[in-house]
Order: sequence, then C-alpha cells, then structure tokens
Amino acid sequence: MALNTNSILGGDGFVTTKLSSFVNWARKNSLWPMPFGTACCAIEMMGTLASRFDLSRFGAEAIRFSPRQADLMIVSGTITYKMASVCRRIYDQMPEPKWVIAMGSCTCGGGPFDSYAVVQGIDEFLPVDVYVGGCPPRPEALIDAVMKIQKKIEMQGAPLV
Amino acid sequence: MSLDLQTVVDSLNTNLPDSVLDVKTFRGETTLIIDKKRVREVCYHLKDDFGFKFIADITAVDYLGVKTPRFEVVYHVHRFGPDFDDNVRIRLKTELPEEEPRIDSVVPVWSGANWLEREVYDMFGIEFLGHPDLRRILMPEDYEPHPLRKDFDVRDREASKRSFKRALEEGSE
Repeated sequence: MALNTNSILGGDGFVTTKLSSFVNWARKNSLWPMPFGTACCAIEMMGTLASRFDLSRFGAEAIRFSPRQADLMIVSGTITYKMASVCRRIYDQMPEPKWVIAMGSCTCGGGPFDSYAVVQGIDEFLPVDVYVGGCPPRPEALIDAVMKIQKKIEMQGAPLV
Repeated sequence: MSLDLQTVVDSLNTNLPDSVLDVKTFRGETTLIIDKKRVREVCYHLKDDFGFKFIADITAVDYLGVKTPRFEVVYHVHRFGPDFDDNVRIRLKTELPEEEPRIDSVVPVWSGANWLEREVYDMFGIEFLGHPDLRRILMPEDYEPHPLRKDFDVRDREASKRSFKRALEEGSE
C-alpha cells in the first residue's frame, strides 16, 4: 500500500493498493484464535491473552470456542492419539483460510513423552504454520508466533471469496 | 479410640478362616495377602464391621520374569475416624496367575471401585467379574494391547495409530 501524493489524482487523502493486499491486511489484524489447550502450555496461552501481555494489541484477542468462527488454531499441550482425532475434527470444522500454531515442545515433537499414547508432533495430522519451542514457551514467544502468522498472511495472494 | 490393626487381622482369621494368607508390616504400613477367591467377603468384612468405608486406590503389578504368579492386584482401603489417630489405612494384595487374570469385582462393596477397576483392566487386562461396566477408561475402546504389561513396548505407537485412524474414519461418515 502507498499513500498517494499525486496532485493530479487529488493529492493527500486516499490510498492505492491491490485488493488482495487489502484483504490480507484486514485478515492479519483480525485473527480469531481457536484455543486447543490440553496441558500446561494453555496456562501460558491464557497469560498471553491477559492484561500483562495483551494479545489484543495484535488484533488476536477474540478467542472463539466454536471452530466455525475461528481462523487460527493454537494447539497448546500434549496431544495423545485419542485427542488427535478430536483435534483434527475441530480443525476440519474451521472455515478457510486457516492457520495453525504448534505451541510447546509436546505439539512440536512429543516433548518428553516418548510413549505409546502421545503423538510425536502434531504435524503427523495437521498442517502446522508456525512451531513454538519451549516447555512451556514464554508469552513473548507465542506473540512472536502470532506475528509470524501475520507476516505469512501479509505475503500470500489471498483468494477473494 | 484408635484401631489396632491386629484386631482386624484376628477378626478376619476368626470369621473368615484361611482368607488371609500372610500379614506383612513395613515402616508402619500393614499389608494383608488375601486369597483371590475371597477378596469380596474380606472387603465386606472390613467395610461393615470395621468402618473401612473408602477405597483409596486399586492398582496392579506385573511381575513378569520376576516371580509367579505373574500379577498382583493391590487395594488401599481407608477408615475415617472421628479423631486424627483413628484414620487407618490397610493394604490388601491378591496374586493372580498369567493364565487366569480374573478376580471378583469389589464394586458391590465400594461403588468408588468402578473407575479404579476399569483402569486396571485397561492397563493390565485383568478382568473383574461382576463389574457393572468393564470398559477401557483411558485408552480408546478399540485399542488392543494392555500397555502397562511388561511384555508391551511402551514406545510402540502402532495400536494407537490404528485407533486414531478408525476414529477419523468414523467421524467423516
């Protein structure tokens, strides 16, 4: 986007852009997260949303517990195979376009749980956009992940409908 | 009046002869080895005549390669007293052979035993006869192995993956 200063076109006061850039700009500043918290990382996710770290500064504070109203899934916590089918089904219910953050070591690669029940990384069954390491990661790290998602949205050629 | 566990053992020996196979005391904790066929009557006696109203835990141990019989089912029962000193805990153990991992359920005695026995069934494959609803409680219902058995590889995720796949297929129908 660029501020138009061409006097022939009327001088200051309007902006030229591509429609896709405009849509991306709107999307990235209004992410609606679907929290999928199953363990201690979820506490840190709540901390990220609360007043001290205040995720609403990045336009991502409208937490939706209905997948049909969300476009960013934050998977935070150990995912067992029994939970994985639930997680996948919820992801499938989210409308396009949608993004996934894998928050914490468990979601990234199973964490300390090399066991018969635990999925060794949620990318076994979900397309992950950003991985956040840590056990649990600090809120700053999650905010960084949200900003990386924003960057990703900004860069993409968005479908118009 | 605090309860002397020796009175409990004496009463069991008098009223239910041969049900207590052995008594062990270690660091102030008393363990009774119980005949597996009589576990329910022993539990009823403890509850009705001595006030052991709370089943704190039921678990099992797999002694594969260590001793026979292979399995032990362990019960921790608790008696609440009006005074602090009256709170007494006793441990019951029963031995089960590998060929017949079955024992009477104690759900008729304490309904709190329901989920505890389901967990033991889930993890060790020990069947509780007379249990009202013996289904797996932690693992998926179509999961085949019993993961806390010593002959199961704790890192073997194949069975979990199969259950996961089936769950997805059911969901998409």
